[in-house]
Amino acid sequence: MDLYEYQGRDLFERHGLPVLAGGVATTPEEARAIAERLGGRVVVKAQVKVGGRGKAGGVKLAEGAEETVARATDILGMDIKGHTVHKVMITVTADVAEEYYFSYLLDRANRTFLCIASVAGGMDIEQVAAETPEKVVKAPIDANTGVDEAKAREIVTAANFPADVADQVVAVAVDLWKAFVAEDATLVEVNPLAKTGEGRLLLLDAKVTLDENAAFRHPDHEALVDQAAVDPLEQAAKEKDLNYVKLDGEVGIIGNGAGLVMSTLDVVAYAGERHGGVKPANFLDIGGGASAAVMANGLEIVLSDPSVRSVFVNVFGGITACDEVANGIVQALALLEQRGEQVAKPLVVRLDGNNAEAGRAILDGANNPLVQRVDTMDGAAERAAELAAAGV
Amino acid sequence: MAIWLTKDSKVIVQGMTGSEGSKHTRRMLAAGTNVVGGVNPRKAGQTVDFAGTELPVFASVADAMAQTGADVTVIFVPPQFTKGAVVEAIDAGIDLAVVITEGVPVHDTAAFWAYNVAKGERTRIIGPNCPGIASPGASNAGIIPADITGTGRIGLVSKSGTLTYQMMYELRDIGFSTCVGIGGDPIIGTTHIDALAAFEADPDTDAIVMIGEIGGDAEERAAEFIKANVTKPVVGYIAGFTAPPGKTMGHAGAIISGSAGTADAKKDALEAVGVKVGKTPTETAKLMREIMSAG
Repeated sequence: MDLYEYQGRDLFERHGLPVLAGGVATTPEEARAIAERLGGRVVVKAQVKVGGRGKAGGVKLAEGAEETVARATDILGMDIKGHTVHKVMITVTADVAEEYYFSYLLDRANRTFLCIASVAGGMDIEQVAAETPEKVVKAPIDANTGVDEAKAREIVTAANFPADVADQVVAVAVDLWKAFVAEDATLVEVNPLAKTGEGRLLLLDAKVTLDENAAFRHPDHEALVDQAAVDPLEQAAKEKDLNYVKLDGEVGIIGNGAGLVMSTLDVVAYAGERHGGVKPANFLDIGGGASAAVMANGLEIVLSDPSVRSVFVNVFGGITACDEVANGIVQALALLEQRGEQVAKPLVVRLDGNNAEAGRAILDGANNPLVQRVDTMDGAAERAAELAAAGV
Repeated sequence: MAIWLTKDSKVIVQGMTGSEGSKHTRRMLAAGTNVVGGVNPRKAGQTVDFAGTELPVFASVADAMAQTGADVTVIFVPPQFTKGAVVEAIDAGIDLAVVITEGVPVHDTAAFWAYNVAKGERTRIIGPNCPGIASPGASNAGIIPADITGTGRIGLVSKSGTLTYQMMYELRDIGFSTCVGIGGDPIIGTTHIDALAAFEADPDTDAIVMIGEIGGDAEERAAEFIKANVTKPVVGYIAGFTAPPGKTMGHAGAIISGSAGTADAKKDALEAVGVKVGKTPTETAKLMREIMSAG
């Protein structure tokens, strides 16, 4: 889960890191209250999870409460690269003398964590690394020994931080590592890490990604989820423990196992190229060992998506038993019919593996005109795309 | 022969008394795996009956190894206990630890991996979040169904469980030496490269199927490795060509961030070193079939 800047700022503040005083507002009136509390000159920053907000006019200075209200009014509701601004962060201003870069992140290739530090901050670090690689230090961090003062000093020396801020950068490096571990983050990025005119170090931006697998030890992370941005179908699926991602096509997809479902999306997209450009409408993984009830829940979610015109159920039974899947399909269709919901969307079903014969027999026995069985994955994708292109 | 798991492997199960652990212990036994016991400190000294096979429960991995000669452990414990279970297996010095558990925090995986490195990598770790390893006709450690395919001379390494099964099914008439599901998490104990190296050295493997997916750059690194070290034919498949950036596709590691991790980049890297890459699982199987029939 990627956090908004204000959530990252709050997280840094909770862990004792030096950040600017500030608050977050969803209305101009809330912005006024924050400006009055802070006093003087403030920065109003659009909260969107996309870069380039300054250029888009999403970051403005304001003097006093009235101007803050005016700037907040301008920025709230603004569209930045397809993201609507629902919140603004308001902080006091800083007198910035120098800008540095500092981050901790997951290094998949080396199966460990990495610290990236540079005295050339304030701009895109990838650009700095490409143009002046000697200014970027990449230090692997052992997950078990972490960053203590000695390790932090090693990084600070290697990155050539100026002597007058070295001690402060060491302290920030140690505390930021503590926050990274304590919050189960996979990224904490500070750009810029700034030195003020008085020589004080401040974390002026916050980019934080949290590991959703660690949610069980962070009950507080749930509150960081941006409910307004969650797709209603994704929310409904989550409540039923289904792994669902909404996409923008017309062919509903249900499968078992993340890899097979990803592969199904591809095969349907290829078939769609031959059938009016139809695309997958979603990713839905019913997981291993799915019961009839899980299958029925999944089908209900996919059928409730108004953009879906046909559904492709692609199951290779490993642990999952194909007869359970077939029963789930039959039950879901019966249930929707009982509720008086008219199901008119055709289903293409491909079953292979564990109990496939029994599963196919159940579907054939139910004899529902909406359900079509196709024996191969590629053939079924072709049929589902064809039906979506012809459909409603 | 096969890689890492053979008919002589003696397997224990950490979490054998839990619901997933007991279900899959039964399946592994039915597949002919030599399962010799389980580990649960609270039930040590008891035995569990699996359709006529009585398996002892030990207090620790070290105990189980001392009393049974076990050299493989399959781990089914819940995510919050997985790090502890793997560290215990490493401390006991077992050869192979297969971590099936899904949803392990990446800080925990990074910690047990760093611990394993500090201990000299005595233990091979497969997973987490993986279906395990199967050497058809010999042994099966994990949740890969045993009845899809028989013994043959293709080696298979894959990030995804069901795609592993699909590929085994497509090529079931030819058969496999070993199938390894390495898992779809951002940090995993055994990589494509480890499996490629082992298959290259295995006299009973003639050709290799490698299945990857979006996210990270493991497939690109595997391509470099193939160029320098692999002489056997390799066929590849990548899932997620049409996945949109920024959305996690089921596996914690399957996400395109910016321009990194796309299926196209992986396909290009593999094709540049002579690996044939199929557009669909079926097409990939066909490419392998051509190689095997050409001898």
